[in-house]
Formats: sequence, C-alpha cells, structure tokens
Amino acid sequence: MVLQKEMLARQFRELSMAKETGKKVVYTFVPGNLSELIHAFGMLPVYPEINALQSGMRKKSGGFIRDAEKAGHSEDVCTYVKCDVGMLLNGNIGPTGDKLPAPDLLLLSYTGCFTFMKWFETLDRLYPGVPVAMLHTPYQENGRITREMTDYMVEQLKTEVIPKMEKVSGVKYDETRLAEILEHSAKAEDLITKIFNTTKNKPSPIDGYFAGVYYIGPINAGFRGTPDAVEYYQALYDEIMDRVEKGLGPITPEGVMEEEKFRLVVEGPPNWTSFRNFWKLFYDMGAVVVASSYTKVGGVYDYGFRHDPARPLESLAHYCMNCYTNLNLPQRIDLLAKYITDFQADGFLVNSIKSCNSFSAGQLLMMRQLEERLGVPVGFIESDLVDPRYFSYSNIKNRLDSFFQMLSQRKAIRGEMEAMPA
Amino acid sequence: MEAHINTLLSRCRELAFDLNFTAAKAWKKAVEGRFLVGHLPIYFPREIVHAAGGLPVGILGGGDIKQIIKGDAFYQSYICHMPRGVIEMALDDNLDDFDGFIFPSICDVIRNLSGIFKLLGKGRFVKYLDYPQNFDEGVGGTFYRREIQHVLDEMEAITGRALTTEALNHSIGLYNTNRRLLAEIYDIRQHFPWRLSYEHLYCLMRAGLVIPVEEHNDMLGQVLDYIRNNVGEAMDNIRVVISGAFCEQPPLGLIRSIEMAGCYVVDDDLILGSRWIQGDISSDTGDPIGAIVTAYLERSTFSSSVYDVDNPKEARLIELAQRRKADGILFAAPSFCDPALLDQPQLQKACDEAGIRYISFKFSENTGQFKVIKEQVGAFSDSIKLWEEPAL
Ligand code: SF4
Ligand code: SF4
Repeated sequence: MVLQKEMLARQFRELSMAKETGKKVVYTFVPGNLSELIHAFGMLPVYPEINALQSGMRKKSGGFIRDAEKAGHSEDVCTYVKCDVGMLLNGNIGPTGDKLPAPDLLLLSYTGCFTFMKWFETLDRLYPGVPVAMLHTPYQENGRITREMTDYMVEQLKTEVIPKMEKVSGVKYDETRLAEILEHSAKAEDLITKIFNTTKNKPSPIDGYFAGVYYIGPINAGFRGTPDAVEYYQALYDEIMDRVEKGLGPITPEGVMEEEKFRLVVEGPPNWTSFRNFWKLFYDMGAVVVASSYTKVGGVYDYGFRHDPARPLESLAHYCMNCYTNLNLPQRIDLLAKYITDFQADGFLVNSIKSCNSFSAGQLLMMRQLEERLGVPVGFIESDLVDPRYFSYSNIKNRLDSFFQMLSQRKAIRGEMEAMPA
Repeated sequence: MEAHINTLLSRCRELAFDLNFTAAKAWKKAVEGRFLVGHLPIYFPREIVHAAGGLPVGILGGGDIKQIIKGDAFYQSYICHMPRGVIEMALDDNLDDFDGFIFPSICDVIRNLSGIFKLLGKGRFVKYLDYPQNFDEGVGGTFYRREIQHVLDEMEAITGRALTTEALNHSIGLYNTNRRLLAEIYDIRQHFPWRLSYEHLYCLMRAGLVIPVEEHNDMLGQVLDYIRNNVGEAMDNIRVVISGAFCEQPPLGLIRSIEMAGCYVVDDDLILGSRWIQGDISSDTGDPIGAIVTAYLERSTFSSSVYDVDNPKEARLIELAQRRKADGILFAAPSFCDPALLDQPQLQKACDEAGIRYISFKFSENTGQFKVIKEQVGAFSDSIKLWEEPAL
C-alpha cells in the first residue's frame, strides 16, 4: 500500500537524520516491543529483526551471515542474530541503503525468546558504553498471567526501563502522554483483529500469512500508538471489506487468486530469502492461508487483549506476556485449533525454522495433537528465516505437492460423502 | 587407589549413569510419603525439595546410553540432542515414579519441553521455573520468591503439610556442606589434579544428583580425606577449564579422551548446578526462602542462562581460569545449543585479549567417535607443553 510505503520511508528518513535532529535511537525487539513507551519519550525505534528480514528479502543476508561466522559465530545458532552482526560488521547499512544510527539505548524487552537475551548481550559488547535496559517477561508457563507476573513487569518498567529511558532521552516520564498513545494502540489493535477475521469469508479476501506479514508491519514496527497506524488499518480494512462485498479472493504478486482451492492454517515464520518463490508454491495451487501464528508474534489480540489507557504500565506488561511465543505449548495448540475451526481450514501446515528454537521446539507434537484432536490433515516443511543455505526449493515443493494431493483427496472424499443420499 | 575409594567411585559411576534411577526409586519406596522431583539442568534450589521430605533428582538426558527411538519424532534434526533422551525416558518407564518435574529457565528448548511434559501428562506437577533476570531484591527477588512458593505449593499438595523454617534451615545447611566439600575437592585438585581424575570427579558429582544429600556428603568426605594425601602420580599434562557443557552432557568417553589427550581439567561447568551458589546460604534465619533468593541474586556463578551485562561473564571466565592457573580453555558446547554457542565469540575475544589459549569443539551427548576431538585436544596440549611459556 502506498500509505505503508510512505510511513516506512518517513521512519527511515527520521532515523538517518537522528544525529542532526538530536532524537535518541532505541534498538529493541518486535515481540513485546514497547513502541508506545519509546514514542512517549520522543525516541526512535530500530528493530534488528526487521533489518534482518529485509536483508533476507534483498538477498544480502547470506553474505552477512557468512561474515558473522567468519567472526566466530557458530553455524548452528539463530541466523537473525548473525545477519544483524554481519550487517554491523559491514558498516550497519540498513535496508534502504542508509547507514543506521548507532543505538543510544538497547531496550532488551525479552519476550518469548531466550536468544533475544544473547543477542543483546552481543550488541552490548559491540556498542560499548550504550546502556541496556532489561525487561524480563515471564513465560506463561501455566497458561495464564498472574498478578505476580504483572507486578514483576510493572516494577521492572518503573525501576529499570523508565529511569533509563528518562536518562537517555532527557524527557520526564509522562503517564498522561503514554495513555493518549495507548488509545491509538487499542484502535489499531481492534482494526487488525477485524482484518485478520475477514479470512472467515469464502473466498478469503486476503492471505493471512504471505500478505499478513506486510499487514503486521506498521503495528509491530514502531507505528502502534500513532494516528498514522489507525489511519492505515482503517484504510486497509475498508479496502478488504470492499473485496469481501465483491466476493474477491486474495491478491497475489501475480494478480487476484481466481479460485480458492485450499484453506490453510500455518504455524511458524516464513522464509524471507525466497519469499516470492515460497508464496508462489501456495498461490499456484490455489492455497490461501486463512490464519497463521507468525502474524501474532508481535501480539495476540484474538482473545480480546487491547492496550488500556486506564492502566498504562499494566497493559504494557500484559501485552508483552501475550505475544505468541510467550504462550505455553498447550495454549499455542488451543489457539491454532481455534483458527482451524473458526476459519474452516482444510489443512494445517508447519514451516519449521532452523534458526528458531522458540517456535520450533515442540512443533512436531503440536502438529500430532492437532491432527488427533481435529482430524485435520497436517503437513510439515523446513526452511530458515534468512539463511539461504537452508531453503531447498525442490524439497519444499515435493512436500507441498504431497500435502496438497492429500488435501485434494480428502476434499474429494468429503464431496462424495456429502453427495450421497442420507 | 585404595580399595574403598575404588568401590565408592565405581558406585558413583553406576549411580550417575543409571537412567532408571533405581536408587532414587528405592529411596522413595522405603518410606511411605516420600516423593521424587526431577529437575533439568542447570540450577535448581534442591534444598526446598529436601526440606519437604522429597528427593530432588537431576535429569541430564539419555547420554550415549539411551537408544532414541521415539524421541526423534519430537525434535527436528537441528535441535540439540538432550531433550530427545529426556522424552525417550518419559515415554519409557524411566521416569514413572517421579511426582513432579522442574524445568529451570535456561533456553527455549527446555522451556518448550516443559510444555511437552504437560501435554503428555507427566507427573503430578510440571513447573517451568522462571528465574528472574532482574537482580534487585525488591523486583526480581519478589518474583523469584513467588516462583519458589509455587513449587512449595505443589509439594504441599503432595505431602499435605507445609514446610517449616527449621526443616528448610537444616536442608540449607546440608547443601552448604555439599558445596563446601565440592569446593575443597576442586581446590585440592587445582594443585594436585592427579590425585583424582576428572572422570572420577565427574561421576562423583553427577551421582550427587540422584541420591540424598546426606549420603553424597558422606561420599565427598571420604574422597576428600583420600585426596588430602599425596596419592597418584603427576604427569606432564596441561591444566584446562572446560566451558559450555552446562546442559547437555558430553559422553564419559569424551571426558576420558580429554584427559588422555594430556589435560588436567581444573574447572568446568558440567554439573554447574551443584556449585551454582558461591559460598554458603544463611542457614539460621527466620526467612530461609529469603536466604535462598538472596543467594541466587547475589552469589550465582556466571552462566549463559543469566543476563550478565552488569557483570560480564567473559571477565568472570578469565578470572576463573587465572585463579585456577589454567594453561588454556576448552570451549565444548553441544551442537545447536544457542546459549552456549552465542556466548562463545565474546568469551573467546576475552581470551585473546588476556592471552589465554583455547580451542573449541562441539559435541553431542551420544557422540560415539572421539578420535578427532582427542587429536585436536592432544595437539592443543602439545602445543602448550612444547612451545609456549605457561600463559598465566
Ligand atoms: S530464536 Fe527465533 S524468536 Fe529468537 S531471535 Fe531467533 S528467530 Fe527471533
Ligand atoms: S543443550 Fe543448550 S539448547 Fe539444548 S536444552 Fe540445553 S541449553 Fe538448551
């Protein structure tokens, strides 16, 4: 969308001028990001994961990863980290070709992934002297958020995160200002929930994974809490509803999908290095993803969570604890089961990512449990986020071919049964 | 080696690698009301289970003993080996008599393994123990205290009785003794590593994870008495610290190969949990849980699982190597272990700056071939012996 492109261009422009404008730069993560708080202090966020995925899409990640490995990083570890380290070793030139400003603060909001901590410990050494604010998000090990978990986070915000932000930005914490920002967040969250629910329509007007990753861009990458994000999601929602009224299927890079043959729920992040080819394997078969867990990595809004201006810090805490990979495995299965049922999916597919233990460890059991619980056909493919060495087109294609074949057979059998006289 | 020490060390080896946990199960059976709580690496305050009348039992994976048949169906090829063995044990009857399981927060694999145990309905409770990464008494401390309280609540549901201050102080005292004895053994070995091979020390430490602490203290005492004497014969070996093997354990054959390649292991992080707290935990307070919490916050050793920006682990590793007068460091990490492997560049850079020699290799708990690693370690040891002045 034009609006999204403009927003992103503006964001990068602001970043490239940060030193002149005196704006302070905060590096932080997508899951559990505290964009609202960063805005409340007038600072600018940078998301190393997003730089990594963009480097992947622009075919730069392979070189960055190799350079990080040459500098001592193991081939076994998360490639997002290596891509980021490699980018830094190559002058920290961001996805738009501009040099990214060095951080004034490393905000280690550590949600749903242990590697985040290792990542920022690494950056701490690469940017000596830059303060690190640590926000430890407790895991929903028991499938719920308790009072004590919330208190722990709020206390960390009050005693660790906010004081460091005040010091770096030179701005005093203003809760009224934060509450105003959170109002915009809640509106954007309402809209994005409605947008992802439009896939309940048949045909689905959008792809909730391949296009979904674009839709979550603004809400996850620094615009949540801004009027721009609300405007963007309202426009997007209107556009999608227009498609629903016209009975149109999703837009693919090769135009509108004419016939929706398979409706899928996908678990796991996508591959970025061959994103287009990867997507094509689906739309060529008439497969549309009606829901995905990856689009909830920056926040699960399906059960009603919204940022709450009446309880600013508590709701920031709840937001962090509610990100998808901070849910325990039974919760993740329940959420996926809900998607499969509510969105009337024909099949469930896991894209297992070599880099990401947070997502991947346990996926095989999750898959079997969903198969047993719902009788849904399941498929499994493997790739990586940004390491091109781990994207094997032919392997993935073979597996998907068999998966789609299985789905066709199931559909045919179901069709025959439905056609039989009662 | 004297016969009784030989017998004791053989017994340790049996205990350490008995994946059926026969001794622990027999202990439970002997008296009505006893219970077993399995815990994964690295650290767990075992005192609280002991005080509640249970036995904390360390689960370190299937090593090269347990054949993996079902476990591989749970994990993709690019995930470390350790959880496969644990799943295999859970699906066979190895862990059947266990009443609860603790998964200490260390990485996402262990974290998600706790979910798998929940889904498989193992034990009467499954708890992912989220250690605070904030070390302020009022913030991280308060959170950690409540985490411990959850474990206490689970145990109370089993025993039907609350923990007393006296019982907890008593247990803290016993584990203090345990750590002190271990520290003394390490200190003696620093000067006279030939008095007790590292292989034996490893089995001795590992045995302590599956038997009552009283029994283990007795064993440690006996070994200590033995190595206080001038036993064994010094060899022309270099002194090394092993770093990175704190979770998935290298097979015993690999440990043996390192020694055979000419290394005295003078410190390590293999059974780190048993030596996690540096020094004693107060055992005479009216708030023993508070004492455990404070010790964790203020006197934990360094580890890949602990946020370290205010107390960088590379400085602590260098300090350890220098204190132990090590000639070099062996970075030995399990394949696909994000926490260990992501730390290595920093740690190695610090070694470079401090002039400490090191090598690194990866292993898996079921590695069967040690030839390459043995040659690598042998060449490292030779290069230090032949060409280098002692580094420190
Ligand atoms: S392990 Fe996964 S969630 Fe964590 S940084 Fe890597 S890709 Fe992101
Ligand atoms: S070996 Fe490493 S990656 Fe595997 S469970 Fe242990 S800490 Fe996690």
